[in-house]
Amino acid sequence: MSNDRTITLEVMRYRPETDAAPSFQSYVVPYVEEWVVLDALNYVKDNLDTTVSYRWSCHMAVCGSCGMMIDGEPKLSCKAFLRDYGSKIRVEPLSHFPIERDLVVVIDDFIEKFTRIRPYIIAQSEKPVSEGEYLQTPAQLHKYKQFTLCINCLLCYAACPQYAHNPEFVGPAALSMAHRYNLDSRDSGRDLRQEVSASHEGVWECSFVGACSDVCPKHVDPAAAIQQTKIASTMDYYKALLPGGK
Amino acid sequence: MMGRKPYIREVSKTTWWLKHPRYMNYMLREVTSLFIGLYTAVAIDGVWRLQQGREAWEHFIAWTFSTEAVFMHIVFLVFAVIHTTTWFNVTPKAMPMHVGDEPLPDAAIIGAHYAGWVVVSVLALLIAGK
Repeated sequence: MSNDRTITLEVMRYRPETDAAPSFQSYVVPYVEEWVVLDALNYVKDNLDTTVSYRWSCHMAVCGSCGMMIDGEPKLSCKAFLRDYGSKIRVEPLSHFPIERDLVVVIDDFIEKFTRIRPYIIAQSEKPVSEGEYLQTPAQLHKYKQFTLCINCLLCYAACPQYAHNPEFVGPAALSMAHRYNLDSRDSGRDLRQEVSASHEGVWECSFVGACSDVCPKHVDPAAAIQQTKIASTMDYYKALLPGGK
Repeated sequence: MMGRKPYIREVSKTTWWLKHPRYMNYMLREVTSLFIGLYTAVAIDGVWRLQQGREAWEHFIAWTFSTEAVFMHIVFLVFAVIHTTTWFNVTPKAMPMHVGDEPLPDAAIIGAHYAGWVVVSVLALLIAGK
């Protein structure tokens, strides 16, 4: 750690009480081989400028709070090592979200959409506790496990051009979470979720750019969830046309 | 909520896709559909000429050997190959398969599409060669 090498962090600043628009402010921070961008930001906050605002919590890619644009790419700042970048690193708030202050974005829109898809198990009937657990085989778990890994970091929304152009789009994380519960053998809430997932603003707004899956730090693959939902919704449509279809 | 004034960054409606190679690749994949459409129009025109009789058909076939037609078909072929390969390569996302309880590897799903492509192409060539 005892070398004199430094890097420059160009941080997008936006102070709503004084600024009409965001601008960049540069900070020179020590280069430490093991540091991630979040460490560099913490260095700025602790030593250079206490007014810089950003979200973070766990520093280990679990909480999903520290997502930001790093050199134009949506990243968790706790997973973006300084050593993988040049001597100048540009840090901006996540794209496609309104900026609250500096690197903090307004995520109310996502929370509302996430709530709308009912991200919880809706059982056909509640069993009394005395009847024991809802059992599931490893194969049944395997079907949806990948989609449970989402940490709601919103990198996928920041990468999605459809969300950029149509904020009504329910978006990758919410739609893949709907798919996760639909695939769960203990769940029977698919019809309710389909009202959102199979709507125009649901999966059909997706044109399969695939950027969401490229940037996902947990390899959830929301693009896969959305395409699978499209196929299942199309099957619903044709099944309804058959005699006896609902 | 005092003092809140969220700032919204505009995204260009026309140049957004130039911002990242990922978006450019997507646009390239999408634009291939235009060429597939154009080739389909040429193929339908061929069927139309066939229906019109021997002379019209032979005229059409003669046109396909002209320089501009050969050039056009090469362009169509390049875009058709990009179209086909990019879509084949994402099929495991849309259609994950299981054998029993085991998931089928992506390579097997993609490979099956390529194998199907080869079989259909060979059959088409065999029929055309008769």
